[in-house]
Amino acid sequence: MPLFLIAQVAGRTVAIESSQVESVVDIGAIIPVPCSERHVRGLAALRSRVVTVIETRAALGLPEGDGTGMRAVITIVDGHHYAMLVDSLEDVAPFDLIPLSAGIVLDSGWLRVGRGIIERDGEPILAIELNALIPGIAAAA
Amino acid sequence: MDDLLQEFIAETRETLEALSGEIVAWESAPADRERLDSIFRFVHTVKGSCGFLDLPRLARLSHAAEDVLAAVRSGERTPDTRLVNAVLAIVDRVGEIVEAIDAGHALDDTGEDLLIAALDTGSEAIVTSAAPVLRAPTRSVRLNVDLLDRMMSGMSDMVLARNELARRLRDEGVDPTIEAALERLSLTVAEMRDTVTRTRMQKIEALFSALPRMVRDTAAELGKTVALHIEGSDVELDREMIEMMRDPLVHLIRNSIDHGLEGAADRRSAGKRETGWLSVAARQSGNQIVIEIADDGRGIDTARLCEKVVAAGLRTESALRAMSEQARLELVFEPGLSTKDVVTGISGRGVGMDVVRANVEQIGGRIELANAPGKGLRISIHVPLTLSIMSTIGVGVRDQRFAISRQTIEEIVRVGAESIRIDRLGDTMMATVRDRRMPLVDLGNMLGFGPRDPAMLVIVGVSGGSYALAVDTVLDHEELVIKPAAPAVMATNIYAGQTLPDSGLPMLMLDCAGIAQLAGLVFTREIVAEDDAATATPGVQALLFDDLDGVRRIVPLSVIDRVEPVPATAIRYAAGRLRLSVDGAIIPLVALGRWEAKASVSVLRLRDGSVELGYAIGEALDIVELPDTLVPAHDSGPIAGVVAIDGEQIEVIDLHWLFSTHADPNAAADAPLCLLEGADSAWLTTFLRPVLEAAGYRVTTTLRPGETAGVIVTMDGEGAPTSRVAPVVRLRRDPESDGIDGSIFRYDRPGLLAALAKTAGGR
Repeated sequence: MPLFLIAQVAGRTVAIESSQVESVVDIGAIIPVPCSERHVRGLAALRSRVVTVIETRAALGLPEGDGTGMRAVITIVDGHHYAMLVDSLEDVAPFDLIPLSAGIVLDSGWLRVGRGIIERDGEPILAIELNALIPGIAAAA
Repeated sequence: MDDLLQEFIAETRETLEALSGEIVAWESAPADRERLDSIFRFVHTVKGSCGFLDLPRLARLSHAAEDVLAAVRSGERTPDTRLVNAVLAIVDRVGEIVEAIDAGHALDDTGEDLLIAALDTGSEAIVTSAAPVLRAPTRSVRLNVDLLDRMMSGMSDMVLARNELARRLRDEGVDPTIEAALERLSLTVAEMRDTVTRTRMQKIEALFSALPRMVRDTAAELGKTVALHIEGSDVELDREMIEMMRDPLVHLIRNSIDHGLEGAADRRSAGKRETGWLSVAARQSGNQIVIEIADDGRGIDTARLCEKVVAAGLRTESALRAMSEQARLELVFEPGLSTKDVVTGISGRGVGMDVVRANVEQIGGRIELANAPGKGLRISIHVPLTLSIMSTIGVGVRDQRFAISRQTIEEIVRVGAESIRIDRLGDTMMATVRDRRMPLVDLGNMLGFGPRDPAMLVIVGVSGGSYALAVDTVLDHEELVIKPAAPAVMATNIYAGQTLPDSGLPMLMLDCAGIAQLAGLVFTREIVAEDDAATATPGVQALLFDDLDGVRRIVPLSVIDRVEPVPATAIRYAAGRLRLSVDGAIIPLVALGRWEAKASVSVLRLRDGSVELGYAIGEALDIVELPDTLVPAHDSGPIAGVVAIDGEQIEVIDLHWLFSTHADPNAAADAPLCLLEGADSAWLTTFLRPVLEAAGYRVTTTLRPGETAGVIVTMDGEGAPTSRVAPVVRLRRDPESDGIDGSIFRYDRPGLLAALAKTAGGR
């Protein structure tokens, strides 16, 4: 049974498979990248690395939050480090990934990232793919 | 050179180790093409390296093995056990010699002829006895670059940790002894960082320093003379990149000398200087390093290239016809293709260009070709800057910092200083810095920070032109490790990469070329510059020299055939003028001062295409670009005028005057040919010939094949001329007969010359 990280993103509970997660950190100062797409919040230093901070809400096509959340999930795509901002982290536990039930259609932003559901104490949680949130990669996915 | 040798030894040793498995596998399956290729590549690389390291024995062995393997590759020979054994014996011997070189002891070279002879068909099988190999203790360690990467990353962590510690201690207000200890730690860390950084960085000089020798040797081997021009040796490049660039660079330069540059005779007839021009230059361009190899040789003949491709069965003729010229040019990278018909020791085995491109692409680079048939070829290798340390200047816009590569910055000026103006043409901003007008890009505005009056102008040069970038502040200078940013960031085209300076806050580096493009700046010069570079002629080059009379003068390089010292005894005042005997001929000599007291005089041998002239000088000084502005001389004479070079007045030689006044008219190869015919030719050759030659004719008594006479001179009463291929001028012995038959009295010089001039169109 794969491990999943349960987090709050844009006010919703989501599950992220642990193989996509390099680490979970609190991001320090974010340096903006002028002229970049809306969901690129900026750059931040993570130890000796520069990570690109992704505003997850914007990447999902949702209105931006208050921008105070500094907790992030680090994922590595094509050799680049990305920090995906999340509201909060809840739990890490093994779950079974099951496909979306027939007839359920996710709305716009979630449709791209949704990969299935896991069940925690009877509560279904959407499992998401972080790759699909990253600009430039999302188009190819 | 020692470094290179060490590297060669280490590399060969390493390849040999890796190859030993292949060799055994090849032995059991000689038809295995892949194994054959890797062994072939090994001997080819050894051969190439030996060429410039001057290791003739290794070169001979590897060349012999390569020949045989090439024959096997092309199917001319089949790899039987004997052949395999012979090749393996050579590979073993290469290893032995390499170890011997490293240990510094001599290795007996008997038996090497036998080894080479064993490669021939029908030779006896040889038995190899592996001699005990003596290994010298190595003085260097070859490290995996990954390890260096990890060291570098750990180093950055250390710097950041130190910064944080310093910040905390400052906040706490600790006692001075701890501060002193921290200070010491900081120094050590800084020093350490420099060292660690240096383990990865190297000036490209490490690559370029071996070139002059290599070019000289390669050129000498081919009987050519090449003037090598190296630029940008201090550009820094990742060590790994340098290693990866070595082979491609050597291959390309050898190709240029071998295939590109013509022999002296061909060059002369093409109207080029005898000495070939080869330039190797490195520069930083945005987030790339560009290494350019340009020559003024014959370029690539795409038509011939296409023939080769068809002949080799790589493409069909119709497929080639559908290709663009550039695509056809790219065919030189096709594997298994050689544009040279004759295989030399230098190149031309078809292993070159495809391997070169593969090596460059492996490090994320690309190769561009700019071909000017008949005029030269320019090869640009672009390699990414990744991991290169860059010297940068920090600039501030509002409350954000950016880095700009120092290499692109021409100068930095403060707005409000004298001679700096900012104007608006319509809505377009323009800066005038002293007398230069250039477009102005407001960085703050471009990045969407809202307008503010520019405070500082950073003048940056991009390909094609320069522009002023308006920023709020100019901060400090920093050496930074620039890494590519995420695709989403790079997609803006504004940034060249990201970095983490000592402040611990990430910083973006600006891509000045991208900004210019985004701002819609158009530099029309760009295209012209491309053309110029393609023909590879850098302005009018001229030789600066001290003349015999002590005056400094200049003469265009293109007219100089060569400069050489001649003994003063070769110079004589003879037959009314100064002449120089050289190379078995006598050419007119011009001297504007006293030469008699010298034992040896430097002479410029000038040539206007056909006529040669000597010009005695005191000393050749330098090759400089001839300035465009010439102030004409007051009187006509040997001096055309005067130009200013570095504030000094330099007299320019008047070539036209020189050749029109001093050149022997009869030296011209295209002068009309005068055929003397008749039994009385003794008089004609003894009496008449000098007269005719002085008048500017070439004179002969028998036509060589291929020659046609412009006029035939014959003596009356000798019978009709044997050939009627040209107009005839007849001479008579009798002065009294008044020439009713059109003949001319043989001592009537003006009449004779006039008649000749009329019939032959002579001078």
